[in-house]
Amino acid sequence: MHRTGSLYGQFKTLEQQKDTATLGMWIFLVTEVMFFGGIMLAYTINRHTYFHAFAMGSNTLSLLLGTCNTGVLLASSFTMVLAVWSAQTGKKKLIPIFLTLTIILGLIFFGVKYVEYAQKFHHHLVPGKTFDISYCVDNPSKCEDIDAADLAKEREEIDAARAADPDLNAHAQLYYSAYFGMTGLHALHMVIGVGLLLWLLKESFAEKFTAEWNNPVDIVGLYWHFVDIVWIYLFPLLYLIDRHK
Amino acid sequence: MRAETTGPAPQLPEKHYLNATYGIRSWLLTTDHKRIALLYLASVTFFFFIGGFFAMMIRLHLLTPNGYLLTPDQYNRMFTMHGVTMVFFFLIPSIPAILGNFLIPIMIGAKDLAFPKINLLSWYIYILGGAFTLWSMINGGLDTGWTFYTPLSTIYSNSAVAPAVVGVFITGFSSILTGLNFLVTVHTMRAPGMTWFRLPLFVWAHYATSIVMILGTPVIAITLGLAAMERVFGLGFFNPAMGGDPILFQHLFWFYSHPAVYIMILPAMGVISELIPTFARKRLFGYHFVAAASLAIAVIGFVVWTHHMFLTGQSTYAAVAFSFLTFIVAIPSAIKTFNWTATLFGGSISFDTPMLYAFGFLGLFMIGGLTGLFLGALGVDINIHDTYFVVAHFHYIMVGGAVMGYLGGLHFWWPKITGRMYPEWLARIAAFILFIGFNFTFFPQFIVGIMGMPRRYHTYPPEFQIYNVMSTAGASILAVGYLLPMVYLTWAAFYGKVAGENPWPATGLEWKTQSPPLTENFEVTPVVTWEAYDFHNRPDLGLDVPSGKGSPGVVAPAHGDD
Repeated sequence: MHRTGSLYGQFKTLEQQKDTATLGMWIFLVTEVMFFGGIMLAYTINRHTYFHAFAMGSNTLSLLLGTCNTGVLLASSFTMVLAVWSAQTGKKKLIPIFLTLTIILGLIFFGVKYVEYAQKFHHHLVPGKTFDISYCVDNPSKCEDIDAADLAKEREEIDAARAADPDLNAHAQLYYSAYFGMTGLHALHMVIGVGLLLWLLKESFAEKFTAEWNNPVDIVGLYWHFVDIVWIYLFPLLYLIDRHK
Repeated sequence: MRAETTGPAPQLPEKHYLNATYGIRSWLLTTDHKRIALLYLASVTFFFFIGGFFAMMIRLHLLTPNGYLLTPDQYNRMFTMHGVTMVFFFLIPSIPAILGNFLIPIMIGAKDLAFPKINLLSWYIYILGGAFTLWSMINGGLDTGWTFYTPLSTIYSNSAVAPAVVGVFITGFSSILTGLNFLVTVHTMRAPGMTWFRLPLFVWAHYATSIVMILGTPVIAITLGLAAMERVFGLGFFNPAMGGDPILFQHLFWFYSHPAVYIMILPAMGVISELIPTFARKRLFGYHFVAAASLAIAVIGFVVWTHHMFLTGQSTYAAVAFSFLTFIVAIPSAIKTFNWTATLFGGSISFDTPMLYAFGFLGLFMIGGLTGLFLGALGVDINIHDTYFVVAHFHYIMVGGAVMGYLGGLHFWWPKITGRMYPEWLARIAAFILFIGFNFTFFPQFIVGIMGMPRRYHTYPPEFQIYNVMSTAGASILAVGYLLPMVYLTWAAFYGKVAGENPWPATGLEWKTQSPPLTENFEVTPVVTWEAYDFHNRPDLGLDVPSGKGSPGVVAPAHGDD
C-alpha cells in the first residue's frame, strides 16, 4: 500500500489509522496478559503447595537490588509519560530527551539484573544438578558478598523451612524456576521495549512526531507501561513472599 | 446451475493483483493480503502433504496386526509428526490464513487488513516455526505424541523434542498476529454501510476464531516455552523430581488445545454459512443466531478443557462440571446445523461442487459432533478414552468438518482468487471420491474403537484386522481425493475458463469487484446498502427470485437443470 506522509494506504484518515494502531496494541497487551498468566498460574499453584520452599527462596533474593529496580522502572514509566506528553503537545525538542532518559533507566535495570543473576549463579541457586539452597550458609567463604549476620539468620530460616518441608532443596528449585522464568521473560520484553525506544529516538530526531501525528510514541508508551506493570506484580510475588519476621 | 447463459463470455481484467508487479521480490516482500494468502496457500499445502505422508505410513503399517513396515519407535514418530504437522501447520492456519486473509478485507470493503506488514510478518514467523519443526523431523523426528505430554517430552524422550517444541512455539505467534489483525480489521476497517449485522457470517466466524487465537495461543506459547526451558535448562514446573506437576502441563496444554479445535472448525463453519445460502438462493435462516453461536462457541469453548483429562484423577466434581459444560458447548454448534438445514428448506438448491462439500460437511460434522458427546459423558469416556473411537471422532470433525469446509471454500472462491473456473465435473467426482474415501477410512475406526482397540499402538489383535484393512483402503481413496483437486485447481489457475465477476452468483462484497481483484480490491470504496444474503432484494445479481421484503420462506422457482 502506498503511503502519503504518515498515512498508510489502507486507511482513509489519520484518525482511523490512530484508532486502529491503538486498538491493535491493546489487543496485543491482552495476549501478553494471557502469556504471563500461564506462568503466573504455575507460580501460584506451586507457591500454594510448597509455601515454605517458596518463602525460603524468596528470602535468598536481594531485597535491596529488587527495590532498586522497582524504583528504576517506576522512574522510567514517568519519563515515558513525559515523552508521550511532549509528543502530544508538539514539543519536538523534548521528545528525544525523555526517550533517552527512558532508555538509560532501562539499561540501568539490565545492569542491576545482571548483578542479581550473577549472584544467583555464584550462590548455586540456578535450577539443576548443582542447585543447593544452603550453599552459602554451608560455604560462607564462597559468599563473601553476604555478611555474617544475614547468613546466621538465613541458617535459622533454612533449618525451620527444612523442618516444615524435608524436600526443601527440590522445591526451592521450583521457586527459582519461577524466578528465572518470570524475570527472564520480563527482561526479554524489556529488551524489545528498549529496541522500540531506540527506533522512536531515531524517528524523533528526524522530527517525525507532531501534535497531529504522534501515535507511535503513544503505543510504544502503552507497551512500556505494560512491561513495568508486569514488574510491579513480579516484585511482590518473588521478593516479598514472607520477609524476615 | 449457474445463471451465466446470456451476454458475451467474460474476459480477465487487464490489471489485477497477480499481474500488478512481477518477480520473486514482489511476492516475498508483498504486503497485499491476497498475495500473502497465496504464500500461505503454497506453504500450508506443502505441510499438508508432509502430514499426509506420515498418515500414509501409519495406515500402511497398520495393514497387518504385527505391522512389518515400521519399528515401534518409528511408528511413534510417525503418528506424532502426523499430528504436529496437521494440527499446527495445516489445520490452524488453513482457512483463516488463506481464505480469511484473502477475503476478510474484501468482504468488509477495505483495501487491506489493518496491519499489512504484520500480516507478512506472521507468514515469515510461520515459515520459521515450520523450519524448526522440519529440522526436528529430519534429525530423528519426534515421538511424544502431538500433545507433548511431560515428563515424556521434557525428560525421557530421546527424539528431537526441543526444535519441534520451539517450532510450534514460534508458529503460535503467527496465529496470534493473524487473530489480532483480523479483530482490529473488523473493528476499524469496515466500509460505509457495512454494519455489524450486515457482515457475512464468514467474517463473524473469523471474528470468533480470532478471539480464541488471541486468548488461547499465548497460553500454549508459554506452556511450550516452559517445557522447552525444562528440557534445555532444567526448569522444574512439570518435573516430578522437583515437586513439579505433569498434570499442570496437561491443564495448560488443553486450555489452549481444546479451544484450538474451535480455531479449526469455526472458520469452516463460516465457509459453510456462505455456501449454503448461495447455492440454496435464500437468505440464511436465523442470521443473528448463527453469528451469536460463533461467539458462544468461542467463549464456552474456553471452559471445557478438562474433558481431555477425565482419566487423570481430577476431582469428580470438576469432572462433572466440565462434562456438563461440554454438553453446553454442543448447543451453539447444533443451532448452526439446524439453521443451515432450515435454510435448505424451500430453497432453490443447485449441486455445484462447493455445495457438495457443504453437504459433506453437514453430514460428517454431525457425526463428529454427536460422537463428541459420547466422549464428553463421564461414564462412557472411561470406556472409550484413548481408543480409536477418539481418533475417528476428531477426524470426523477435523477432516470431515474443517477440511471439507476448506476445500469447499477453496472451490467456491477459486474463481475470485485466480479469475478462472475449475473443471466442474472433475471437481464433483473428486468431491465424491473424497467423501467415500473419508468414510471408508474413519467409520471402521468408530467400530474398532468401541471394540477396544487403543490408539497409538503399533500392533493389534488379529480380529481387528478387517477394520484396519478397510481403513487403509479408504485412506488410499482419500489420497486420490486430495491429489485430484490439487492438480486440477492448479491447472485451472492457468487454463480454466474465465469466470467473470460473479459466476455463482453470490451476494457478498467480494463478488462486486473484478476477478481476480485489483491490488486495492475496489476502484472506489463501496457503500453497502443491502443485508447479507438478501437474494430477494438484489436485482443486480440477475436472479429469477421474487423480490420484496419478508419473504424468506417463499419458494424460489427452480431454474436451470436442477
